[in-house]
Amino acid sequence: MKAEVIIPILIPMLAGALCLICWRWRLVQRWISVVSGAGLLLASLVLLHRVQTEGIQVAHMGSWPAPYGITLVADLLGAIMVVVTGIIGLAVAVYSLATMSRSHEAFGYYPLLHLMLAGVAGAFLTGDIFNLYVWFEILLIASFGLMILGGERAQMEGAIKYVTLNLISSAMFLTAVGLLYGYAGTLNMADLAVKLNGAEQSGLVTVIAMLFLVAFGIKAAAFPLFFWLPASYHTPPVAISAVFAGLLTKVGVYALFRVFSLIFVQDTGFTHGTVLMAMGIFTMVTGVLGAAAQFEVRRILSFHIISQIGYMLVGLALFTPLAVAGGVFYIFHHIIVKTNLFLVSGVMYRYHGSYDLAKLGGLYRSAPWLAALFLIPAMSLAGLPPLSGFFAKFTVIKAGVLEGHWLMVAMALIVGLLTLYSMVKIWAEAFWKGLPEDAKSLRGERDPHLYVLYAPIAGLALITLTIGFGAEWFVQLAMATAEQLLSPAGYIEAVLGGSQ
Amino acid sequence: MISGSSLILQTATRFLVPLLFLFAVFLLLRGHNEPGGGFIAGLVASGAFALHLFAFDASSTRRLMGVDGQLLMGCGLLLALASGVVGMVLNGQPFLSSQWWSLYVPGIGELKLSTPLFFDVGVFLVVIGVVTTIMLSLAKVEE
Repeated sequence: MKAEVIIPILIPMLAGALCLICWRWRLVQRWISVVSGAGLLLASLVLLHRVQTEGIQVAHMGSWPAPYGITLVADLLGAIMVVVTGIIGLAVAVYSLATMSRSHEAFGYYPLLHLMLAGVAGAFLTGDIFNLYVWFEILLIASFGLMILGGERAQMEGAIKYVTLNLISSAMFLTAVGLLYGYAGTLNMADLAVKLNGAEQSGLVTVIAMLFLVAFGIKAAAFPLFFWLPASYHTPPVAISAVFAGLLTKVGVYALFRVFSLIFVQDTGFTHGTVLMAMGIFTMVTGVLGAAAQFEVRRILSFHIISQIGYMLVGLALFTPLAVAGGVFYIFHHIIVKTNLFLVSGVMYRYHGSYDLAKLGGLYRSAPWLAALFLIPAMSLAGLPPLSGFFAKFTVIKAGVLEGHWLMVAMALIVGLLTLYSMVKIWAEAFWKGLPEDAKSLRGERDPHLYVLYAPIAGLALITLTIGFGAEWFVQLAMATAEQLLSPAGYIEAVLGGSQ
Repeated sequence: MISGSSLILQTATRFLVPLLFLFAVFLLLRGHNEPGGGFIAGLVASGAFALHLFAFDASSTRRLMGVDGQLLMGCGLLLALASGVVGMVLNGQPFLSSQWWSLYVPGIGELKLSTPLFFDVGVFLVVIGVVTTIMLSLAKVEE
């Protein structure tokens, strides 16, 4: 029995159902939420351990064998992503205890959050491309709900862009799935890999690949399809922004990694070398330039999501073992760091009632612990050694050097500098300079929930430090993941083995 | 929302709502071996509630339902998940593997129970929950 594969999806779904039943008892919902976050993390760690020791785990839903039934597959990449989902789920569940307003809780914050986590975990574990679409829809519908909770004007404006673009992307995804099914007659990813790579080359396959690229590119917020992200991610309450910033775009990136390492590897010179590479470089540069122009903390961070997505895409585009390993390392480093930065911005808001850098100041003196906890993820994002971001950037850039792709190397270095610049900007404005005269200070009031806010931030910072100082182990893990991705034979064997 | 305006609609609704529910149950139990199933049955049942809402008003429809839409959603989801877990726990098969039991009921004969049936009932409840929640929220906004 391969129950490990399904349990990380079942736990948040069960929690969502229980939260719906306990609709009127918010305290119960909070407990369910934290317990399920912890349970998800635990289950995902068990899954990762199982994948590491016993190889790729496969479960055929309803006992229907592979090319016909829906298969859940946990390879290293999927398992790592689920572990990160568990970490973020738990951190945000704890953080929400203190920050979520009464009205948000009353209108179903917890059920939506858990259904979204279930959707994310499902997307990471499925081995069927139509099923991937279904999980995408589950997480999108839950995220639409989360985005408009509270119903402020800015939220609605952001949500309209977010919903529209994501619906277009879903329609494109579905079109591509339909074309693919018409061409290959199967939707199981392993089976697709066999059928497409055995057949002779066809222009149609490249067209389908590009449709997938655009569909996932929109969800991953890659250039030139990213503008919905900075328009919407800073509008909902900070716990929701944080989980969006960490997880949602990375589901798109994950899908790109999966599809462009397993299924569409016929014409890598064009799809990877030209299109993905150009997309990655432009995403890096435009994202960071956008961030440099902003003066609102969460908008800066939103643009940085985009710029960092570029590094991951570039890692996939180079398509060498080292580069893909760098991309994978980048994904899990980034999810943790970015969520943490959003959580820190929420605490800044607690102190001074604003996200605007002009209205913040003096936090270094008034909240030294917050300053330290901000520096860790911020410097990690900028890529200073020995934090996790350094090893992520280093691996990607080294792969670029080895391939002799100097344009990409130069861009990655410049973008790294500009990232440092905007992190320093937040530091100088919010922490270092004195508090402006007209700024509010809410510090007089005792905040009894402060430790609930600091616990997840400190926990995530600790994980960042662990990844940084224990980089050896994590790089090994990323290398093993890249090896699995670049030789899909093992994946195909694991999924189809019994039935062919 | 125009409510209580048409005597004909209200009278017809009193007769139609029980019939629609009966039809929904028929569709629900007919599924899996023949066309039908939880989803379509849920839509028919929600249709009955929608008709009732048009003929009367939101508060009387809520009274007719007796429970919150959220509770229906939660219970339905729980039931559907539980039906998938049964095979995992009993026989160690993957999630959603179907289990069948035969039950002899005096007077009716052999009754076949299965986890797909429970799954369908779960879907039925989720669909009713979602549709009525949306409907009643819109009616509330209108008021």
